[in-house]
Amino acid sequence: MILRLAFASLLARALTVAMTILAIALSVTLFLGVEKVRTGAKASFADTISGTDLIIGARSGSVQLLLYSVFRIGNATNNLTWESYQDIVDRPEVEWVVPISLGDSHRQFRVMGTTAEFFDRYKYRSGQSLSIQDGAVMDDLFDATIGADVAQTLGYAVGDPIVVAHGLASFAEHKDQPFRVSGILAKTGTPVDRTVIVSLEAIEAIHVDWQSGAQIPGQSTPADEIRQMDLQPQAVTAALVGVKSRLQIFGLQRAINEYPQEPLLAILPGVALQELWQIVGIAETALVAVSAMVIVTAMIGMMATIFSSLNERRREMAIFRAMGARPRIILSLLVLEAALMAALGALLGLVLLYLGLWVAQPMIDNAFGLWIPIEAPSMREVWVLITVIFAGAIVSMVPAIRAYRLSLADGMIVKI
Amino acid sequence: MNDVCYRWPGRASFALKIPEFRLAPAETVLLLGESGSGKSTLLSLICGTILAQSGTVCVADTDIALLSAGKRDRFRAEQVGLIFQQFNLLPFASVRDNILLPLRFASGRAERVPMPKAEASRLCRDLGLPDDIMHTKAGALSVGQQQRIAAARALIGTPPLIVADEPTSSLDAATQATFLDLLFAQSEAHGTTVLMVSHDARLADHFDRVIHMTDIAQTTREAA
Repeated sequence: MILRLAFASLLARALTVAMTILAIALSVTLFLGVEKVRTGAKASFADTISGTDLIIGARSGSVQLLLYSVFRIGNATNNLTWESYQDIVDRPEVEWVVPISLGDSHRQFRVMGTTAEFFDRYKYRSGQSLSIQDGAVMDDLFDATIGADVAQTLGYAVGDPIVVAHGLASFAEHKDQPFRVSGILAKTGTPVDRTVIVSLEAIEAIHVDWQSGAQIPGQSTPADEIRQMDLQPQAVTAALVGVKSRLQIFGLQRAINEYPQEPLLAILPGVALQELWQIVGIAETALVAVSAMVIVTAMIGMMATIFSSLNERRREMAIFRAMGARPRIILSLLVLEAALMAALGALLGLVLLYLGLWVAQPMIDNAFGLWIPIEAPSMREVWVLITVIFAGAIVSMVPAIRAYRLSLADGMIVKI
Repeated sequence: MNDVCYRWPGRASFALKIPEFRLAPAETVLLLGESGSGKSTLLSLICGTILAQSGTVCVADTDIALLSAGKRDRFRAEQVGLIFQQFNLLPFASVRDNILLPLRFASGRAERVPMPKAEASRLCRDLGLPDDIMHTKAGALSVGQQQRIAAARALIGTPPLIVADEPTSSLDAATQATFLDLLFAQSEAHGTTVLMVSHDARLADHFDRVIHMTDIAQTTREAA
């Protein structure tokens, strides 16, 4: 009955109560939303590359190797010679190797030379493969497959010509050997979206007439002639490696790191991604802190609402007192009321969150390549909700204790 | 009530002294007094929401000063039915919930009412309220109806004493008379003592005994 009366009392003040609940709900939605985006971003990030057991490049740092081979940020310090590459390919534990050759660019996007196997082996978001949105994977020497962002930013369609520039942000262009867009990849939310993919041989082909980073003056080999040439590269930038058995990963990693002919580095993508995330992760902490502050603000708002309702409710409390309710009941009535508001707010917040996710999920995936899974709240989120309800009850202690004092002083006779 | 002296905390200039004041069981008493003569303080003393600095206040042969604060609250719930001047009810709650509220805090009274909902309906009927009123929100009723519901609430579970603080002052003369008749019909049936406080001497005819505040109490107002 007390519970019913508390509920009726809340209903009687429906508007202010609804406002308070809405404030709590929005803050809970924000907090959980940030939480979802954060874990989604973290998962998306960790899933940038999957299915690859080792990444191999010239010896540098693991984060650096990851940055240039997967994220196309920064440059390689050195290359991997073709001999070393062949040695790794020939190793018994190796199942597949996909070479990557970087160094050229098209407008603001990197050009990556690789083999057709890249499209089978590169996996993201727990084993998802790249898919072609339009056209086909490159087939000819001068074909290029472009990522979704490249196509969108530059407005390219299948069949458009592309001129690759030498180096990054360079004015020296490989004008003599233009490429043709053969296919456009579907959006993945990975750096592949911002990459122009050509064949490994094509990288060699466009550098036929080049020496020490500049075109040899007056020399221009026609495309037909280049097609006849042996275009085996001297070196690649990095290589993605898959092993036959996962048990062999560490053995292979060690063998490559101790490779006597050349200083090489093999990294586990997952470990390197973790390392990188720790650097990026500071922003995530700031985000969580801000949304926690929003919850605190909503709680203080609720406390203010309860405080301001105390005066108009002195009579209500006096009636309870006159009927024999102990001041402690008045106190627990207010705390109960606050907990009820916080619980309703938390619940509504959860509903809003899932509603929002349901609406926004495809949009977010399209716009940012960020996949936020709609799944039952995690333990952490459930704890957040429970904390909100408890915090509501604790915060309401302040006005409740005041009400306790008031009802002790007023007794049953309210002078208003 | 013997040799009671009460001083409002922080207001040394105002004190209430009551040498002796007694009520017999099943008696109906009207206590007349001007505003500020200490009527409300007297009621608070009887109900035990305030305690006298000296002297004893006994209700149903129990010295309420000897009870702990929590016990005193329960004791009040058990022994005393209260009716105020106005604003007696929780406006957001239904009439039935308002009437049944004291039973929630007084197990003794609750035990005497085996079928609370039926009893609430009976009281309403006997107090001349329509049957379909039970689920109405108390705030939606007229003042006269509200006061009758307050009376029903005071009567339920038959407490030995009903204390009423100017319950009729917000009613017109005709309604006042009806209200008192209905109240007394009920209190008589259960042998309940009724103590009513008012400044309106015209009500005197309805009561067994009329006492003036000035006869039983001395209020001192010293210059600060």
